[in-house]
Amino acid sequence: MTPKAQQIQKPAATNPKDIRNFCIIAHIDHGKSTLADRMLQLTGVVGDRQMRAQYLDRMDIERERGITIKSQAVRMPWEVDGNSYALNMIDTPGHVDFTYEVSRSLAACEGAILLVDAAQGIEAQTLANLYLAIENDLVIIPVLNKIDLPSADPEKYANEIAKLIGCSPDDVMRVSGKTGLGVEDLLDKVVELVPPPKGDPEAPARAMIFDSVYDSYRGVVTYVRMIDGSLKPRQRVQMMSTKATHELLEIGVVSPEPIPSEGLGVGEVGYLITGVKDVRQSKVGDTVTSAQKPASEPLAGYTDPKPMVFSGLYPIDASDFAELRESLDKLKLSDASLQYEPETSAALGFGFRCGFLGLLHLEIITERLSREFGLDLIATAPSVVYRVETEDGKTLVVTNPSEYPDQKVRAVYEPIVKTAILLPKEYVGSVMELCQSRRGVMEGMDYLSEDRVELRYQMPLGEIVFDFFDQLKSKTQGYASLDYEPAGEQAADLVKVDILLQAQKVDAFSAVVHRDKAYSYGVMMAERLRKLIPRQQFEVPIQAAIGSRIIARETISAMRKDVLAKCYGGDISRKRKLLEKQKEGKKRMKMVGRVEVPQEAFIAALSGDIEEKK
Amino acid sequence: MSKQPIGDPAPIDGSIPSESLRMFTTSERGFSAYVHVPFCTVRCGYCDFNTYTATELRGFSRTDWAGAIIKEIEFSNEVLFSTQNGFDADELSKSGTDVGNEWQHPLQSVFFGGGTPSLIPAADIAKVISTLARTFGLEPEAEVTLEANPDTVSAEYLQTLVTAGVNRISIGMQSAVPHVLATLDRTHNPENVRIAVDLAKATGLETSVDLIYGAPGESLGDWKQTVQEAIALETNHISAYALIVEEGTKLHRQIRRGEFQPPSDDLQAEMYEYLDAELTQAGFSWYEISNWAKTPKHRSKHNIAYWQGDDWWGYGPGAHSHIAGVRWWNVKHPAAWSERLSNNLSPALQREVLSEEQIYEEGLLLRSRLIDGLELADIKPEAHPAVSELVSEGLLTKEIISEKAQTGEKETTGERLVLTLTGRLLADTVILRLLT
Repeated sequence: MTPKAQQIQKPAATNPKDIRNFCIIAHIDHGKSTLADRMLQLTGVVGDRQMRAQYLDRMDIERERGITIKSQAVRMPWEVDGNSYALNMIDTPGHVDFTYEVSRSLAACEGAILLVDAAQGIEAQTLANLYLAIENDLVIIPVLNKIDLPSADPEKYANEIAKLIGCSPDDVMRVSGKTGLGVEDLLDKVVELVPPPKGDPEAPARAMIFDSVYDSYRGVVTYVRMIDGSLKPRQRVQMMSTKATHELLEIGVVSPEPIPSEGLGVGEVGYLITGVKDVRQSKVGDTVTSAQKPASEPLAGYTDPKPMVFSGLYPIDASDFAELRESLDKLKLSDASLQYEPETSAALGFGFRCGFLGLLHLEIITERLSREFGLDLIATAPSVVYRVETEDGKTLVVTNPSEYPDQKVRAVYEPIVKTAILLPKEYVGSVMELCQSRRGVMEGMDYLSEDRVELRYQMPLGEIVFDFFDQLKSKTQGYASLDYEPAGEQAADLVKVDILLQAQKVDAFSAVVHRDKAYSYGVMMAERLRKLIPRQQFEVPIQAAIGSRIIARETISAMRKDVLAKCYGGDISRKRKLLEKQKEGKKRMKMVGRVEVPQEAFIAALSGDIEEKK
Repeated sequence: MSKQPIGDPAPIDGSIPSESLRMFTTSERGFSAYVHVPFCTVRCGYCDFNTYTATELRGFSRTDWAGAIIKEIEFSNEVLFSTQNGFDADELSKSGTDVGNEWQHPLQSVFFGGGTPSLIPAADIAKVISTLARTFGLEPEAEVTLEANPDTVSAEYLQTLVTAGVNRISIGMQSAVPHVLATLDRTHNPENVRIAVDLAKATGLETSVDLIYGAPGESLGDWKQTVQEAIALETNHISAYALIVEEGTKLHRQIRRGEFQPPSDDLQAEMYEYLDAELTQAGFSWYEISNWAKTPKHRSKHNIAYWQGDDWWGYGPGAHSHIAGVRWWNVKHPAAWSERLSNNLSPALQREVLSEEQIYEEGLLLRSRLIDGLELADIKPEAHPAVSELVSEGLLTKEIISEKAQTGEKETTGERLVLTLTGRLLADTVILRLLT
């Protein structure tokens, strides 16, 4: 028997004292979605049979990678001591790139379940989000998940959590999202500990947007938390940041499918549909108010998402350019933080310079472009935003290294971030070395428990986007986790390194690097390309240069023989098939001057994924 | 004969599309026979040919070989000349083609390849040749070649072969340098090469030696020694192949494990250039990328047949055939191959019916390897700019054709493109550029 509420509280008519708004803070893989599934089942909003694993993660990529990109909010009935409650579970994105979205989700809640894998302990992003929740005055309910695992060590990690949030290890609940063990108690605890929302039901309506999702049938679905007042269907509403007004075509709650309601009252969480077609018209963090009786002040905390990482996306087949544009236009409808504008590369042809919140965001977008839209793309090495002051006093904003001025500059500023790295103590030495080699400045180090350490560094973002995460993982055998947040900018001694093939600059390989690293970058890139570019009929010099000064050189010697010596009766079919394959391969070559460069070489040189050419 | 390609399933009755059969029957193209001998005493480390040592043969023995080959010859006769297989005798006679007992395309060449054909008793070779001659006829000047391991020939053996109709022998010398032979797993005594060549010449056989260059550990100096010794044998024909490391061979595994360095293209190119210069000096001329002969009449007719797109039937396990744009290949294992023939089923495993585009591409690919090269008129106009580039880059040379056509009166002229020395080494680049 699963306990379900006998009586279900009606949306728009729920007393705030019977509402609990909470979220789950967890690291990727720590079982948030499984726990959420179990809650949906126990509260009866999803029938046991229709239960699809990880119901809330809708996108395939999310399900495959076990991460949540877009949050959702589900209303669940729950009964404690004969009183019926409406629990709103707000599912937060779990990654560093989506800090702003996380902060808005947290702002929609009064409590947070801190969910930690009992076999792994807390990770850096979880910690960052936990601090964010504490700053937002949320009540924290610490929970260890996966206690059914043989490798679980609940004692150890309960101590770790207790130390972090200042509770007793006994206060840390123990559940298994997989078996359902302890989940009912957890729901009771939510009712007991999370404070009911407060707000003024008589004040002009103010609803905070904490998520905005594009649906191809319904247009934009906006998720809101009512702070003050109420909203009703057919009412005209105003977006306070833009003053744009829309009619509320539909308003309701999600449980777990959208259910239209007579409105939303103070403290409630639900969705709005206004017929807008672009999430930019319904931005996360914005305040929705009544158009007739608007609130005088919007809710605090709204900012425009600012891309931090840029990359050029180019179709491998030039004729796919129009399709790439259409695909980006479509993705933009559901992703307010994606920015792009057309650009041309001498080496790669026509493409788009795209701005992303971070590396994962970049990866998600390129993967969606390839998976959902079937596009084969080359992504140039990620770059950050440089602010360059020229000698004549002008300021340039450079997001593409090939546009970095060649002449002398007065000053250049690069973005910096505060990073937190959580890792087992035995790796501290090698990670400190890594951070220092990336121009990191140590800001602190704490022991979370006997053997786990939090390292805090201030680092240039440009150093993080270049391969840092992979290095971190390989130096710690995958045990480190990383979180970072923007921390302004700093002046730095940066130079642009160009790569030349047969004396011709290949813009896709230009990079802005610290002067001390220019030489090693040049040597590395030249060597990579020597390994990746097949021999041609003539000698091909590869050079790395700062301005006109050559800092590294490699040579691909001319190919002298490619013929297959033997070609008799039994070899002919095989040889012809090989030729057909070579013909296809040749179509995928990009010409840099007279040099044929395979697409794969661009991809591999830019990703660092090198396999010696045959 | 190396790793089999992937094709469409071959019909179980061996039938050939009627259009191809008609083209075959009415064409002026030469017709050849390849006969595969799938036996070796040991398997060489570099070899991925379809061959078996005694222990690998399972339900098949060397003594079964000639009988099964003869069955396949009979089977091929059915497929090519039975009226049920799309061959319409009436129509052909109307078109002026003489059918019946007088087959107008007797075999221009027969080639016994392997494996090690010289492991087969001469009497069995004789049976196969006489069956071929009886079934299809042999042209008066037909070339009949047998590949031989220098250790397995004797005067008596060679004499019996000559009596049976063999007139050319190709001796697997590979190298004169013991450590190179050891790397290749060749067990023959290098001194036996000279003995075998002298015996063959004394018996009146046209004699060729096969060389391999670029084996792991072989220096340019080693190769020079081999080339000089090969020239000193005073044969009229030499074939030399850059070693190809095929997947699935012992040598491939040895290289993967780091026991050997893979052959270097640059060194192989240098070896080729040395070889070509020395052979030219010694009175040879190249007529195909890997083949040199003292005069045009010493060129191998059988191999030229492959490169100019003639028709041939390949007999034996794993053998490939080509009849008018249809290529097929037999099942590989001798037991399976012979089993099929016993049941009067086609031994073909898979086949390809080539499209016009494929025939064109294959034609360029194969003919470009020859000294006569490609006629400009046979190259599609869209490739003519590439031709000019390749000429200016020194990979092709342009020659004017000026010869009496066979009809006697009209003089045909045109241009012909022939690979230069550099071009021969970069023949893949040349073809790719002509086709893209």
